[in-house]
Amino acid sequence: MTDSNHIQGRIDWITVGFYVLFVGLGWLNIYSAVYSPDAPLSFSDPAFYDSNAGKQLVWIGTSLVLIICVLVLDFRFFESFALFIYLGLLLLLIAVPFLGVTINGSHSWFKFGSATIQPAEFAKTATALLLAKYLNDPLVNLSKFPFQWKAALIIAIPMVLIVASNETGSALVFASFLILLYREGLPGIYPALFIGGIAMFVSALLVKAWIILVVLILSAGILVLFMPIYSQRDPKTYLRLSGGVAAIMTLALLVEWLVNNVLKEHQRNRIRVLIDPGFDPRGLGYQVTQSKIAIGSGGFWGKGFLGGTQTKFDFVPEQSTDMVFCTIGEEHGFVGVMFMILLFLGFLWRLMYLADLQRSRFARAYGFGLVGILFFHFLVNIGMTIGLMPIMGIPLPFFSYGGSSLWSFTILLFIFLKLDSHRSDMLSR
Amino acid sequence: MFNQRRNLIFLFFAIVGLLFIGKLFFIQVVDDTYEKAADNNAIRKIIQIPFRGEVYDRYGKLIVYNTPVYDLYIIPRKAVVKDTNHFCQVFGITKDYFVKTSQQAKTYSRVKPSLFLKHLSKEQFASVQDAMVDFPGFFFETNAFRTYQSRSFSNALGYVAEISPTTLLEQKGDYYRQGDYVGISGIESFYEETLRGQRGIKYRMVNSNGVEKGDYKNGSLNVNPVSGNNLYTSIDLAIQEYADSLMKHKVGSLVAIEPSTGEILAMVSAPSYDASQLTGNNFSTYYQQLALDPMKPLLNRPPSAYYRPGSTFKLVQALVGQQLGFIGPGTVYSHAGSPVKCHGHGPVNLRGAIRVSCNPYFYHAFRKMIYDNTTGDTYERSAQGLQRWSDLVANFGFGRKLGVDLGNEKKGILPNVEYYNSVYKGNKAWKFSNIYSISIGEGEIVVSPLKMANLAAIIANRGWYIPPHVVKGIGLKKVIDPFYKTPVKVGVEAKYFDVVIDGMQDAVNNGTVGPDGKIPDIKMVGKTGTSQNQKGKDHSIFIAFAPRDNPKIAIAVFVENAGFGGTAAAPIASLVVEKYLKRKVDRKSVESKFMQMNYLPNVYSAGGVSRKKVTTDSTKK
Ligand SMILES: [Zn+2]
Repeated sequence: MTDSNHIQGRIDWITVGFYVLFVGLGWLNIYSAVYSPDAPLSFSDPAFYDSNAGKQLVWIGTSLVLIICVLVLDFRFFESFALFIYLGLLLLLIAVPFLGVTINGSHSWFKFGSATIQPAEFAKTATALLLAKYLNDPLVNLSKFPFQWKAALIIAIPMVLIVASNETGSALVFASFLILLYREGLPGIYPALFIGGIAMFVSALLVKAWIILVVLILSAGILVLFMPIYSQRDPKTYLRLSGGVAAIMTLALLVEWLVNNVLKEHQRNRIRVLIDPGFDPRGLGYQVTQSKIAIGSGGFWGKGFLGGTQTKFDFVPEQSTDMVFCTIGEEHGFVGVMFMILLFLGFLWRLMYLADLQRSRFARAYGFGLVGILFFHFLVNIGMTIGLMPIMGIPLPFFSYGGSSLWSFTILLFIFLKLDSHRSDMLSR
Repeated sequence: MFNQRRNLIFLFFAIVGLLFIGKLFFIQVVDDTYEKAADNNAIRKIIQIPFRGEVYDRYGKLIVYNTPVYDLYIIPRKAVVKDTNHFCQVFGITKDYFVKTSQQAKTYSRVKPSLFLKHLSKEQFASVQDAMVDFPGFFFETNAFRTYQSRSFSNALGYVAEISPTTLLEQKGDYYRQGDYVGISGIESFYEETLRGQRGIKYRMVNSNGVEKGDYKNGSLNVNPVSGNNLYTSIDLAIQEYADSLMKHKVGSLVAIEPSTGEILAMVSAPSYDASQLTGNNFSTYYQQLALDPMKPLLNRPPSAYYRPGSTFKLVQALVGQQLGFIGPGTVYSHAGSPVKCHGHGPVNLRGAIRVSCNPYFYHAFRKMIYDNTTGDTYERSAQGLQRWSDLVANFGFGRKLGVDLGNEKKGILPNVEYYNSVYKGNKAWKFSNIYSISIGEGEIVVSPLKMANLAAIIANRGWYIPPHVVKGIGLKKVIDPFYKTPVKVGVEAKYFDVVIDGMQDAVNNGTVGPDGKIPDIKMVGKTGTSQNQKGKDHSIFIAFAPRDNPKIAIAVFVENAGFGGTAAAPIASLVVEKYLKRKVDRKSVESKFMQMNYLPNVYSAGGVSRKKVTTDSTKK
């Protein structure tokens, strides 16, 4: 508590500036989405606070309280209590199937009065904290298998619990911890395999297996052609190449088998929609199509603030929560979305820059965990609105309507800012 | 240790960011299909059809107006009918219709309105008003029907019907949509653009449930409907109805024009039809019946039918011959040397030739007009002579359109050099002996009743006419195209008309017109004609104007298959003239005789005249 006086001086105001900008722009978007030209609501009207824009204003207000709470806590609290926070959230995740309520078809919410909270949103923060704490031990070396295994376990337990409550989208967010682990020394082969696996997954859906085989053999051939003469004569090279081709082919076939036999019908359809937007035009295709129509109709300059028709008149389902990017695209056009993407990349860059300044591995690892989570949301959320990612219930950080989402991202971010403001007090190892 | 990894990670982020920007550029800037899709989604274009202009007669009597009718619409999502039997009873529909139409509407859209029942009358509309509270999800939209005050004048008025697929395809611009009503013939067609007004368009925003959410762009794109302009016609409805009654049981035309203005006072096409039956639900059955009728009731004969003018054309010959300087009041011809026959009488001068309608006289006069030039052989001289003649005759409106404000005006035929060159396949292939039939209005010359009424007006005016027209004022300011105000000179000096009018006076008083065609107290002058008809009995023609001094009415009457011009056409014309000038008819016996006279052929053979040259001798007056 002794440091609270210095927080003002040490906190990274650039990051705070980004936060205020995002939350502010996000609110304006939600306001525009609920704005009705027939009956505009004024702030003095009680009905305003029943609208999404009014509620979001309340969420923003309460977030300020959360920020103060986070900032007044001792910076050592987060490292010391990481395990308890983690275990506490696991308990909540276990309890939610029994004590929770169903909202929007998802049985993963707790209800306190009129407020609803989704523990899965907060599990990311807890996992990031525990992972960072685990990596803070100088003996932990992520290039060694036992440590990799334990780190994976920390990530996997909440993931499994979230999948169990049917929130596959939220569970997939945990894949973003690969960025944290990679930065902290996980061999590059893992993220490479991960990205390769996704590439295989997509190509397995897009093209027939024999085409993949032909492409693989051709690329192996080209590889041989460009190799130095001496290694071409080494039979081991050919053996390795053949092994590589066989391994990738097996992976491709495995993916195909997984898609066809393990994935549930609705999950398979979400992916099919990506490849064939005309598929299921009334159901899943509808959301993708309408979202693209909203963004596409924005044109270069957009229709202007409050000028959107698609998002305003409910053509895009979930347009204030997961599909909030559509409003930006429709009302502010290509200029607006480009500005927004560049802003987000700048924000991530700032956070990574700050994270690398940390002397403590805990703070640095947590920082990259934060960056990974934000990036993953950014990737999937925007990707799904423009038809590059399957539809899953993943909000756009700071922009999407919803208390759980705003609160959890606020806490996630401000814990890092708190740690960062004390970076000179922390021990460097 | 792994510091450079931050850059690798950011590189990955940046690639994803660029990928998104690229994709966004494509869907927002390059591809414009999304914009259209968005408008289809959220913007509902509502068309407001304005009232079509009304039509009045020359004294301000209403001829055509609009009656509101009511169309019932359904919004399936909101529609609740607890008692289907009650509903069917109220609207007078069968249960089958109810089920079928509701299902169709549901298939089209659950949230958008569909037409449920068309054209309810004001009375029906009033009678269901109380019951409407029991039927949520149903509502009325007002529409309008053309309504006709009189059963007369249908052909010249034309009618209004749903636009045909071909018209829709060939329209200039894109004003009309499928299902729109459009004027089909007569003045409804000619004045379509002024009658229809300007359609209103409202752009309303709708949400995904089809609920309206206000004007798109604050209504800045909306267009208010503008009602169509009223038309003030020159028709005298009383005369029109009287003329109609005289033309009953006959096939033919009657056109009356005020000579000083070119205003058409009456225009009858017989047989006609009941325009009021060409509105609404009865349209297609009645239309079918009319279209298949061999008497062609849908044809507006006055501007469109083809006839030979017969002896009435001798008036033109008399005028043109004088103007060209070949004949004069004192020119006398006998029957000698003429291939066309006549009745037994001695040599006559020009006035006498018109009185008795002497065929050889006009043969000789025409021969002189054609041959009286000095250069070349008979072929070349024929060509030169005919050219000079036809140039002057064309001024009377023959062989071209007069420009009447009705659809489907036909040009007719005025044979000239070009025409005969094509008929005889080459110049120098024909000469006077091939073409002399036209000297007495037979042969290749073809006219419409309107042109002959206009001829009567030209003679009444002694050398000029104003293009005949039905509409004398449009809209509140009653403006009119200056074309219908400007006199056209025919190029024959006024002095040459005296002898012609004298001849016409004689024709009525003691010439070819019988006693039924004489009005005791009105000086009417006229000329009979008989139009050769190779398919049946000849057509009776009469053109006239009255009074002789200060003419008020010029008239042409054509009665098909009625034979000699003095028998049917002249009495009918005289009755209309009497009625117009005196507002009453004293000759009641003549009136009832011709109202009842039936000249309908037993088997009507459709079609105009053959263009084949008439070689047989003509003895018609
Ligand atoms: Zn004679």
